[in-house]
Amino acid sequence: MPENFLTQPDEQGHWGVYGGRYVPETLMAPLEELNAAYAAVRDDEEFQAEYAALLRDFSGRPTPLHYAARLTSLANGARIFLKREDLSHTGSHKINNALGQVLLARRMGKRRIIAETGAGQHGVATATVCALFGLQCVVYMGAEDVRRQRLNVFRMELLGAEVREVHAGARTLKDAINEALRDWVTNVADTYYLLGSALGPHPYPLMVRDFQSVIGREARAQFTEREGGRLPDVLVACVGGGSNSIGLFHPFLKDAGVRMVGVEAGGSGDKLGQHAARFNERGGGRPGVLQGTMSYVLQDERGQIAATHSISAGLDYPSIGPEHAFLHDVGRVEYVAASDAEALAAFRTLSEQEGIIPALESAHAVAYALKLARELKPEQTILLNLSGRGDKDVQGVADTVATKDAAGGAGDETTEQSGDETTERAHGETVGGVELP
Amino acid sequence: MSRIAETFARQREENRRGFIPFITAGDPTLDATRELIVELARAGATLIEVGVPFSDPMADGPVIQRASERALKNGVGVAEVLAVVADARRETDVPVVLFSYYNPLLQFGAERLCAEARRAGVDGMLVTDLAPEESAEFAATLSRHELDLIFLVAPTSTGVRLERIAERASGFIYAVSRAGVTGIQSSLSASAERLVTRVRDTTKLPVAVGFGISTREQVADVWRYADAADVGSAIVAENEKHADAPDLDARVGRFARGLLPT
Repeated sequence: MPENFLTQPDEQGHWGVYGGRYVPETLMAPLEELNAAYAAVRDDEEFQAEYAALLRDFSGRPTPLHYAARLTSLANGARIFLKREDLSHTGSHKINNALGQVLLARRMGKRRIIAETGAGQHGVATATVCALFGLQCVVYMGAEDVRRQRLNVFRMELLGAEVREVHAGARTLKDAINEALRDWVTNVADTYYLLGSALGPHPYPLMVRDFQSVIGREARAQFTEREGGRLPDVLVACVGGGSNSIGLFHPFLKDAGVRMVGVEAGGSGDKLGQHAARFNERGGGRPGVLQGTMSYVLQDERGQIAATHSISAGLDYPSIGPEHAFLHDVGRVEYVAASDAEALAAFRTLSEQEGIIPALESAHAVAYALKLARELKPEQTILLNLSGRGDKDVQGVADTVATKDAAGGAGDETTEQSGDETTERAHGETVGGVELP
Repeated sequence: MSRIAETFARQREENRRGFIPFITAGDPTLDATRELIVELARAGATLIEVGVPFSDPMADGPVIQRASERALKNGVGVAEVLAVVADARRETDVPVVLFSYYNPLLQFGAERLCAEARRAGVDGMLVTDLAPEESAEFAATLSRHELDLIFLVAPTSTGVRLERIAERASGFIYAVSRAGVTGIQSSLSASAERLVTRVRDTTKLPVAVGFGISTREQVADVWRYADAADVGSAIVAENEKHADAPDLDARVGRFARGLLPT
């Protein structure tokens, strides 16, 4: 396989058969325009300097690389390092992409910014950069996610954004993206769609990956400096749409000795509708087209997109970035799943052991890293991307634990796949409007 | 010559303009869909677009979104839509175009889809989210089965894009009247007429205008400059309003006749 296959999509945004542009004709020319505008700034020194200055002075980069000593002794295996994206301004890696794209929107002369959000982290990041530059901001968010992530809704409103609740479908991230696309197709002349993950039609997957690759570049420099030039043995990151993971992985793709693991949301079970693990073939994941790109999609046998479930709103999405689909098929990255229960246990473990409350999304990566560390040798190392902080999840976890205790549920350290009924949220378990058995 | 091409050629000879209604298959029932196809043909439809429902209709406004949800609740997929078209074929020879998104068609399998569609009496397909750049394989399969592939053009389409689309398209060109999703609007923008003029400079294929057309006046306006007017949301809304009526097809048929300038 040619080396550049692992780094660049083709002109039309394909990684192998994945990616591309599957959108209504109205959006094709605007996407071509966006692609040209992005190509012009990609190697533009002035643009890149402005972006780097914002990352440093506004967002607080570089984020630290933290050696998790107590977590390491708990696992009693490989040493675990945390890339602290949770310490970024606004509390997650999402700000890296929002800052890059808002600079591009300004260059393109767009004054109105729209975005979708799941957990609310991308919405908050977008609202923040719009406040910074005095731009109008509209954020689409599924009604179910509004309920789960109330704190982030307040934050967006405080930052001057308008949050529009979406009541279609399962009322989560996918439905928010549909509404954002409908807004964009209607207001395309003056509106910039600031997509938050490495998803959607070309050039978004490429652009978002580029802006997030600062994570991997920094982590690589920090790690090698600390470890006498050695690279980490394994990289671990959670994968919803896949922006934090591709941001960490990308600068290491050519390093054959570095193993990479993406952790999907295993939810409460293996049946379609119970999880958000797109690479779970038995669970309904296979190649398809959703929201502008070809990738792995959770769907029923008729090609209707499935409802998904995860305790974390940010991973609760039926498709995955096309570059991940490619990296999966060529075997460069392994993809595994962590269940709701495992993520909840890891949420508590990291809080207790390291004094860091992780986002529930990132807790999926922590859960798997702990498991993996136990299997590896002490001289081996794991670099984990701690993509976000857990403040937004504290209330939700407290509610879940309270319900569980009241029900006389399982103990704190349970990592059983069977999942606890009480951790399931009550969104409609339907596939394309059809009730699941 | 395909049935669609023949129909437009005859219409042009007789100096008439066309009317293209859209309905979502399985809304409210598959039986109703069969009756509606037959009745809309009687009402004067040049061609009928039959929507294959998809769970994530990103180019559709609320009216067609709701219709898709109802159809999906009724368990309607590609196979059911093909069966209903085959049934309707016994009573009418009006051209039928399947109107959908790419994923349900892709999952059915392009080869199987085209073979079965041809057998059922389908004449062409319009895939909202399949741009010409991604369509080569699908287009080749349709062409092998002598089915037309209809593409959208939009006011945002550049000249280069119009040419690219004209190269791939067959049957007719569907010009989207404005930037936006499907739905009813009170007045049509001048952008539709400008777009049709640009399309005519690029291709000899017939041009239909759609998105936002819901009145006889709007149909008459479109007929000044285009070959056909396409009415979707207004008919689907009428269908929704009378979903429980025993004479649903007659009511929708009456509404359709009312849209045609005399």
